[in-house]
Amino acid sequence: MENSRRRFLKIAGISALGVAGAKPVLDVFASGDSHGEAAKAQPEIRKGEKALTAKQWAMVIDTRKFKSGADLEPIIEACHKIHNVPDFMDKENPEFKEDNRRHVIKWIWEEEYNHAFPTGGEPFLNERIKHLPFLVLCNHCEDPPCVRACPTKATFKREDGIVVMDFHRCIGCRFCMAACPYGSRSFNFRDPRPFIKAEERNPEFPTRMKGVVEKCNFCAERLAVGQMPACVEASNGAIAFGDLYDPESEVRKLLASNFTIRRKDGLGTGPTVYYIV
Amino acid sequence: MASNKQMYDKGKVVAGLVIFVILITFPFWYNLGKAAPAPELKLTEKAKAEKTCVMSKEEMKAGHMQLLDIWRERVVRNADRTYVNESGKEYSMSLSNTCLDCHSNKAEFCDKCHNYVSVAPYCWDCHIDNPKEAKK
Amino acid sequence: MLEIAFKGTKRYYGWMIALASVIGVGFLCYLWQLKFGLGVTGMSRDVSWGFYIAQFTFLVGVAASAVMLVIPYYLHNYKAFGKITILGEFLAVASVSMCLMFIIADLGQPMRAFNVILNPTPGSILFWDMIVLNGYLLLNIVIGWNVLEAERNQVAPPAWIKPFIYLSVPWAVSIHTVTAFLYCGLPGRGFWLTAILAPRFLSSAFAAGPSFLILLCLLIRKISKFDPGKEQIQSLAKIVTYAIILNVFFFACEVFTVFYSNIPEHKDHFIYLFAGLHGHGVLVPWMWTSLTLMLLAIILLVIPASRKQEGVLAVACVFVFVGTWIDKGLGMISGGFVPNPMHHVSEYVPTIPEIIITLGVYATGFFILSVLFKLAVTIKEEVSA
Repeated sequence: MENSRRRFLKIAGISALGVAGAKPVLDVFASGDSHGEAAKAQPEIRKGEKALTAKQWAMVIDTRKFKSGADLEPIIEACHKIHNVPDFMDKENPEFKEDNRRHVIKWIWEEEYNHAFPTGGEPFLNERIKHLPFLVLCNHCEDPPCVRACPTKATFKREDGIVVMDFHRCIGCRFCMAACPYGSRSFNFRDPRPFIKAEERNPEFPTRMKGVVEKCNFCAERLAVGQMPACVEASNGAIAFGDLYDPESEVRKLLASNFTIRRKDGLGTGPTVYYIV
Repeated sequence: MASNKQMYDKGKVVAGLVIFVILITFPFWYNLGKAAPAPELKLTEKAKAEKTCVMSKEEMKAGHMQLLDIWRERVVRNADRTYVNESGKEYSMSLSNTCLDCHSNKAEFCDKCHNYVSVAPYCWDCHIDNPKEAKK
Repeated sequence: MLEIAFKGTKRYYGWMIALASVIGVGFLCYLWQLKFGLGVTGMSRDVSWGFYIAQFTFLVGVAASAVMLVIPYYLHNYKAFGKITILGEFLAVASVSMCLMFIIADLGQPMRAFNVILNPTPGSILFWDMIVLNGYLLLNIVIGWNVLEAERNQVAPPAWIKPFIYLSVPWAVSIHTVTAFLYCGLPGRGFWLTAILAPRFLSSAFAAGPSFLILLCLLIRKISKFDPGKEQIQSLAKIVTYAIILNVFFFACEVFTVFYSNIPEHKDHFIYLFAGLHGHGVLVPWMWTSLTLMLLAIILLVIPASRKQEGVLAVACVFVFVGTWIDKGLGMISGGFVPNPMHHVSEYVPTIPEIIITLGVYATGFFILSVLFKLAVTIKEEVSA
């Protein structure tokens, strides 16, 4: 009994440190072991062995390899399925209404050139570009305005440059949505579960609850186990992914050998999704 | 004037106090002699075969919520996903895919006790509670 | 002092019960919103802030306007305002309370609101807005209460209150400046991305707040034995005149910059609001009404002969209040979201539940205002009797 109380206090202590995001979690685990259990190793929290790391993940989308919207569909579907993104516009859903359009959630989707790059507005655009759908997603900016705006650090920039959402912490103020100049963020205006088909749910990834903001996470959960993002895998080589600050990475080689553009470059956000046109 | 210690409306005040005391102790009277037995938790075959959890049984009983809290903080905010316990065994820090892999009987294992102590963790609003079934 | 609020005429009780029932209905709607999510409102992926945030923005202005009474009285020793400064401060208390309620109503996860304090983020303007609004609320409660209590006891207010009064002057400016900074620091929202936004907010605030106060003063004179005073009302009227002219002038500055530079990203929002864009323009009649009301009010206020007639002044004040409310409470927020960053036009119209919740918050604000004004007016009556 005495022993179990001591252990409980130990855990309580750890949790205080754990919430503060501190490493000493492990030390506290160890410090309690003054007798009998000293032979045991300290518990440890670390990255998986296969985890991929980078200084700043980046993406290069080769739009020359896409002919029509049909080429993009499998990519969008792969992403949305794997991340349990609800489909509010599924006409077979009993709760379908045309008005659901307001609540749509998108991580990656297609836009025409004039909408993906609205500052251009070229009237005599090349025919191929004019009708070519562009894939748009969160740009995982180097200097993200959404992160600046968030009052709780629920959205933040990780060490590897990915702009992540902490759904546990988001208060749903939607300041980040106003701050994002790319319209990359969606808000859960209602419980999304009824709009994710039960048999298609990916149990390895959570769904979201009502009242929080969500967006593309560059497949952080896949990088952690050594896999490339779902859209990259589904793109048949049209999308490259790698470390922007590794001169040997595939994205850097593509950037060196091709002319690329970024969305709303002039805003100083430093988008890390590049387009070869 | 100060020596006037008479109590006004004595009857009403006393009656009011009695009613107040009865009301506030009502839960005790109501539940008298009806103590619900602590639930027996059922382990799945897989959990039984495993013998020990991430931490010892006592530690898990008392502190699984703190452990989960650390896990979620580290997975989401530090991108650390591996937990190595005291005996050197590695676990992926995932509620749906590690915890519920063994304890796939959420209703018998998690809910029973949570209901007994009247807590409603909202984990399941997002984390899919029956990965096996959903996988099919 | 609070016991005064419980003693009142049948009319007073009737009014309070009416407010309470609106609050009740609003609260029920809020419970529904809490259960279903913000989907019960008209907001969308493209227009992610709506009526709640717009009312919040407008009311921050009404709250800040108390400073228009505090400055003349305490800094310029303009004695006449001593009589009504308390009304301005109590109006600020009621307005800031409404602001805070509107923010809570707008949160997707209101039970997590304390995360803002648990994870303080000085880089976020919303964090500062939380600080300045709560600070301003506290300042005005402390100042208003103590000054009024002193007046009731017919003694001078305690000396320690003076520094707080002086602090409340820059603090009032800060609440509306910080609120403007919420919007004008966002890249890619051309409508708000302008340094004139904070000055525009302040000028419209200093027009809307005092004009509402004039209407309240006229009402108080009618229903109580306390007369806020002819001179006081005329001085407020001059403040409204300057402020509304400045507001329209700042708006004109913005229009010049936007249209002469001809940059579509800034221009399209104005086109949407005043002419409609790609066939969408629910706000067009509203925006023109707003502009017309403000211009008419200027004419009525600038001419001394008409300003001095209290009937005309009241009409001008209604014009100012409604005009600035449309400008900020309808146009300012949705105008910034339409067109969206990808230049798609999806419009925003508030839904019925959203409007009922909004009315519920306003009713709560008026409830607080009625209690506080009842205190102030009763004490003024006592003292002068």
